[in-house]
Amino acid sequence: MKQHICTHINGEATEFLCDAADTLLQVLRDNLRLTGTKEGCGTGDCGACSVMLNDRLVCSCLVLAVEAQHSQIETVEGLANGDSLHPLQQAFLDHAALQCGICTPGLLVAAKALLDHNPSPSESEVRFWIAGNLCRCTGYDKIVRAILAAADNMRTTHDGAQS
Amino acid sequence: MQYQAPTDLADVAALLASADGKGRVMAGGTDLLARFAAGMPKPDVLVDIKHIAELMDIEQASDGSFTVGAAVCGAAISEHAALCSAWPGVTEAMDLIGSVQIQGRASLGGNLCNASPAADAVPALIAAGAICRILGSQGERQVSVADIICSPGKTCLDSDEFVVSLYLPPRPPRSADAYLRLIPRSEMDIAVAGAAVNLTLDSADVVVAATIALGAVSPVPLLVPRAADVILGSKLEADVMTRFKSVVSASCRPINDKRGTIDYRNHVAGVLAARAALIAGKRAAREGL
Repeated sequence: MKQHICTHINGEATEFLCDAADTLLQVLRDNLRLTGTKEGCGTGDCGACSVMLNDRLVCSCLVLAVEAQHSQIETVEGLANGDSLHPLQQAFLDHAALQCGICTPGLLVAAKALLDHNPSPSESEVRFWIAGNLCRCTGYDKIVRAILAAADNMRTTHDGAQS
Repeated sequence: MQYQAPTDLADVAALLASADGKGRVMAGGTDLLARFAAGMPKPDVLVDIKHIAELMDIEQASDGSFTVGAAVCGAAISEHAALCSAWPGVTEAMDLIGSVQIQGRASLGGNLCNASPAADAVPALIAAGAICRILGSQGERQVSVADIICSPGKTCLDSDEFVVSLYLPPRPPRSADAYLRLIPRSEMDIAVAGAAVNLTLDSADVVVAATIALGAVSPVPLLVPRAADVILGSKLEADVMTRFKSVVSASCRPINDKRGTIDYRNHVAGVLAARAALIAGKRAAREGL
């Protein structure tokens, strides 16, 4: 029997039907066509499917869709504000912090979670935080630099807005 | 597979009892869903315990003891300053499990009931003397964490029983714990060996109580009272630690596998236990200042 689930995804009330065994990742991609969230390993090792679930960073492949009942979900699709990219997205482009791109949405969601929780991370804190996001192309260095640059940029913008 | 998310403790036992052995409890699901993805047969009834208040709470009693809900996620444990300060070893062991993403879901109860020989939180809980509150359709019982795991992947829980919470007892002044593990890289791996030490010092820095537990060096996490005896009455002096290391190494019963050989694991367990004892000793001494 299909179950009826009511959630908020990227701030919008969203309903879907799913089987008890469907993962949140499957529903996001296949039912809701939010294909920004990627499937890598499907076992919680690679972080390509990272989303925010009730303000916690999780792998959506390790969450059942039925668990999303009455929850708040944020995916990579919620990062940009209309046509203007999130500073992290812009920094990834500016620093060429991607090659094939499969890990990028997960890294963006994970990096946003980091900066929400710690606006001034050290390089080492960034590296530890993204340990659950595997990238097989870039060697991570450009990703780390992009995240640090975005943090810098967001702090400056924020401070500027306050003064 | 049917999904149930009860909000009442009693309903969990009832659901498990009516599933007649074909039910399964899910806390964070980080082990369970990865197994489903690998093709493990799904249960008839999956009982999600995360909607029950007792399972999701961390409580500190006036006597200094803590009760941690079995499904509280690692991130919430790390955010609990009082728990981290009272039990640095237990909380650092939990924090070592997986990535930030895994920490958003994985729990002490899940790490225990998954019953992996290499579980990081389990040796730390055993060294801490943690006690499980277990509920089943026949009632409630308290079982020491050290007695929960019977063999790799198997616990002593009946099919209608589940762990409600973990109780960390009040501790005397100048007590502290520490957990260390070895993995081939700095994050995201499974322990080659792990060692937890919980100890109490007297006012002259002499060890007056010690519990040592090891992970990944035997089919189930291992309590090593013989090693505790070596450091009791000492100030963790260098010659004592040399003896301690060799007793720990001699107590291991590891296997050879891709993560490490028997000799390597025996050696590393001794080194880790000695380092963990020194860290716990420093923490306990600082705590008394």
